[in-house]
Amino acid sequence: MPGLVHVTTTINGNQADFLCEPRQSLLECLRDVVGMTGTKEGCNDGNCGACTVKLDGRIVTSCLVLGVEAQGGEVDTIEGVASAEGLHPVQQAFLENAALQCGICTPGFIVAAKDLLETEPDADEARIRHWLAGNLCRCTGYDKIVRAVIDAGERMQA
Amino acid sequence: MRAIDYTAPTSLSEAVSIMAAHGDRARPLAGGTDVLVQLRGGRREADVLLDTKKIPELNGIKLDDNGLQLGAAVACYQVYQNEAVAAAYPGLIDAASLIGSIQIQGRASIGGNLCNAAPSGDSIPPVITLGGEAHINGPNGWRTVAAEDFCTGPGRNVLQDGELLVAIQLPAPAANSGTAYLRFIPRNEMDIAVAGVSSTVTLDASGQTIQSARIALASVGPTPILATAAGDSLAGQAVSDEAIAEAGRLASEAATPITDMRGTIRQRHHLVDVLTRRTLNIAIRRARGEE
Repeated sequence: MPGLVHVTTTINGNQADFLCEPRQSLLECLRDVVGMTGTKEGCNDGNCGACTVKLDGRIVTSCLVLGVEAQGGEVDTIEGVASAEGLHPVQQAFLENAALQCGICTPGFIVAAKDLLETEPDADEARIRHWLAGNLCRCTGYDKIVRAVIDAGERMQA
Repeated sequence: MRAIDYTAPTSLSEAVSIMAAHGDRARPLAGGTDVLVQLRGGRREADVLLDTKKIPELNGIKLDDNGLQLGAAVACYQVYQNEAVAAAYPGLIDAASLIGSIQIQGRASIGGNLCNAAPSGDSIPPVITLGGEAHINGPNGWRTVAAEDFCTGPGRNVLQDGELLVAIQLPAPAANSGTAYLRFIPRNEMDIAVAGVSSTVTLDASGQTIQSARIALASVGPTPILATAAGDSLAGQAVSDEAIAEAGRLASEAATPITDMRGTIRQRHHLVDVLTRRTLNIAIRRARGEE
C-alpha cells in the first residue's frame, strides 16, 4: 500500500503543501485535501470540463491529472479569478447575462473562457464555441454563456 | 481507483529499469487522458504509474533534415503551436488539433494516442501515411517498428513488458508532397470518429502526376489500417477525378468495419470512400502549395 506523498505546488500564486495518495486526482486533492471546493466534479473522466483548472499555464481537466503531478507546478483555480477589487470581467458578464442556472459547470467555463480571452479578447462566436467545446452545460443551452463570453471580451478590451 | 505507486524518473535508463522490474504491472503515464480513465474504470490494472514527462528523450521536438523526432509524451498543443512543425506536417496538425477538447489537447500526446491503440485514434493514420516509425527502448535495447505495424488489436500494441515508446520519427516531407486527415463525426467537436482517413501524396515537379500515395484508415477495423492497394493504385497516375475515385473505392474495400453505436458497416464503407477522395484532394492541393 503506497503511502502518502508530500506535494509542494503553487495554487493561485501562493505556495501550497498537501499530502495525498498517488492515485488521487488533482481535482480530489483540491477539493478534499486542500479544501478548495470551487472546482467542481462532473463526469470524472475528462468529458465535461467542470473541473477545468490551469496547470502550468494550460487549461486541463483536473480529474485527469494526478495530484502528485502538480509537484513544483503552478495551479490556477476559480478561487483565483476574482481580485480584491471585485469580480473578474468574465464573472461579471456571466452574472449580467444570466449565463448560469445550476452553476456546477460555471467554474470550469469561467476558467476556460478567461484563459481564451486573455490572449484573444476579440474571439468571435465560432472561436468561443470551439474553445469551450470541452465544457458541457445541461441547463443553459450555451447561448447565454457564449453571449457572456463575447461581452466579457468586449469589457476586457475596453 | 485502487492504490498505485507513482514514480517520475528523469532518465530513460532509469525508466526502462523500473518498467522491466514491474513487467505488466507498470504503466507509462504521459497526458493520462486514457490511462487514468482506464484505471479508474477497471479496464486496466497497474501497481505503478511511471510518469514519462520528466524524461528528456520523451519530451523533445527535434525538426531537422532527417525529419521530425517527436517525443512520445509531447502534448498535442506543443505540436500544433510549433510553427515549424505545423508548416512541415499540416496533416499531423489536422489530427492533433481535433483530438478531444482544448483541455485534453493540453495533456494528451501523439505517442499516447499510438500506444492506446484505439482503432479510432485520430493521430495514427497521419503518422502512418507520413511514414512514421516508433522508436522503442526496453531491457533488450532499441528497436524500431513501422507505425502501421504498431497496433495489434483494439487497445493492444507491439510493446513487450518493460518496453517504452520513446519517440515517433517522421521522415522529412518529400518535395511536392502533402498530407491531410479528416474524420466524420455527427457533431462539430468532442467525438470519436465514425471513420477517419489520412492521405499522403507525392507529386512530380509539374504537380500533375502522382508519384506515390499512402492512405490510412481509422475506426473501420480492429486497428488503424494502411490501405496499400488504394495508395499504390495512384502511383504513376495523372491527377484526375477518375484516379481519385478508384483510390476511394479501393480504400473502402480495405476497410473491415463493424456496426456499433457510432455507425453501421455500410455507412463506414461509404465514409471511407468519401473521406479518401476529400483527403486526397486536400493533400494534392497542399503538395502543390495551394493551401
